[in-house]
Amino acid sequence: MSAEQRQDIPLTVAGRVFSSRLLVGTGKYRDFDETAAAVEASGTELVTVAVRRTNLGQNPDEPNLLDAVPTSRYTILPNTAGCYTAKDAVRTCKLARELLDGHNLVKLEVLGDDGTLYPNVVETLKAAETLVNDGFDVMVYTSDDPIVAKELERIGCCAVMPLGSLIGSGHGLFNPATLEIILGNAEVPILVDAGIGTPSDAALAMEMGCAGVLINSAIANARHPVRMAHAMKLAVEAGREAYLAERMPRRASASPSSPFAGRINA
Amino acid sequence: MHIQLNGDHRELASQLTISELIDQLALTGRRIAVEVNEEIVPRSQHAETRLSPGDRVEIVHAIGGG
Repeated sequence: MSAEQRQDIPLTVAGRVFSSRLLVGTGKYRDFDETAAAVEASGTELVTVAVRRTNLGQNPDEPNLLDAVPTSRYTILPNTAGCYTAKDAVRTCKLARELLDGHNLVKLEVLGDDGTLYPNVVETLKAAETLVNDGFDVMVYTSDDPIVAKELERIGCCAVMPLGSLIGSGHGLFNPATLEIILGNAEVPILVDAGIGTPSDAALAMEMGCAGVLINSAIANARHPVRMAHAMKLAVEAGREAYLAERMPRRASASPSSPFAGRINA
Repeated sequence: MHIQLNGDHRELASQLTISELIDQLALTGRRIAVEVNEEIVPRSQHAETRLSPGDRVEIVHAIGGG
């Protein structure tokens, strides 16, 4: 008989159930056609967008991102990228909720500086509290600090998303050991947001038990984004399967896969 | 009448409503959100909300981001 298996419960964020564990961003693409093709190839159901001032006095037929990534097909996750204070992040979330007809799921990120794009956790905690109290479902980008991750969970964030490494850096998981601690403590989904560079990074995060990964630059900045989107889809699925299968133990010495018995030189 | 629109000064000929401003900007029907003096003005109130001199208006939309 096989051993008891880990249960594969689908990714559930604030009551919303997703069959894909890959979340993708829509920044840095050549055009909306490429965005749409990459998003589709990734198999994602949850897509981040940014909220920005509308360019005034431009072509009224200018294409709209939400035509390329329609709300009828994808769950849109507006972010607060570019916000450096809790106040700006809260304003941005309220604008996003109005923009998306009351949709209350947001990705909160409050940045510390524009060199590292590292989260300002003090402002992040403040914003998270305000937003949760205002009825938002908050998925929160944060540092890979286990204490902060737990505090964001306590505040009521529906998912905690520690960075793997700096946003847009493609360095992968800088600190798997702290991620392991965060995963061990968590009672909400933990997703790696930021830093994934290659499918193997994504697979590692998933193998460790992350509920999902959020990827933008690693797809958009690949030479062939649509192909890479598909690669990331496979990696996330493979990593999840591996987590459920539970990897073999590491051994200090070799262990032959072919039996010794019956060798012709025995 | 002066207002501040997306960070820039703008002169309006009269005290427009939000709907009229959106119309003037050729944004009618676009998926946008409007904030006046840091408060959201819900779409349902655009027609009845009249701008005042010095108002700070933000009009935003969704763009690509991660």
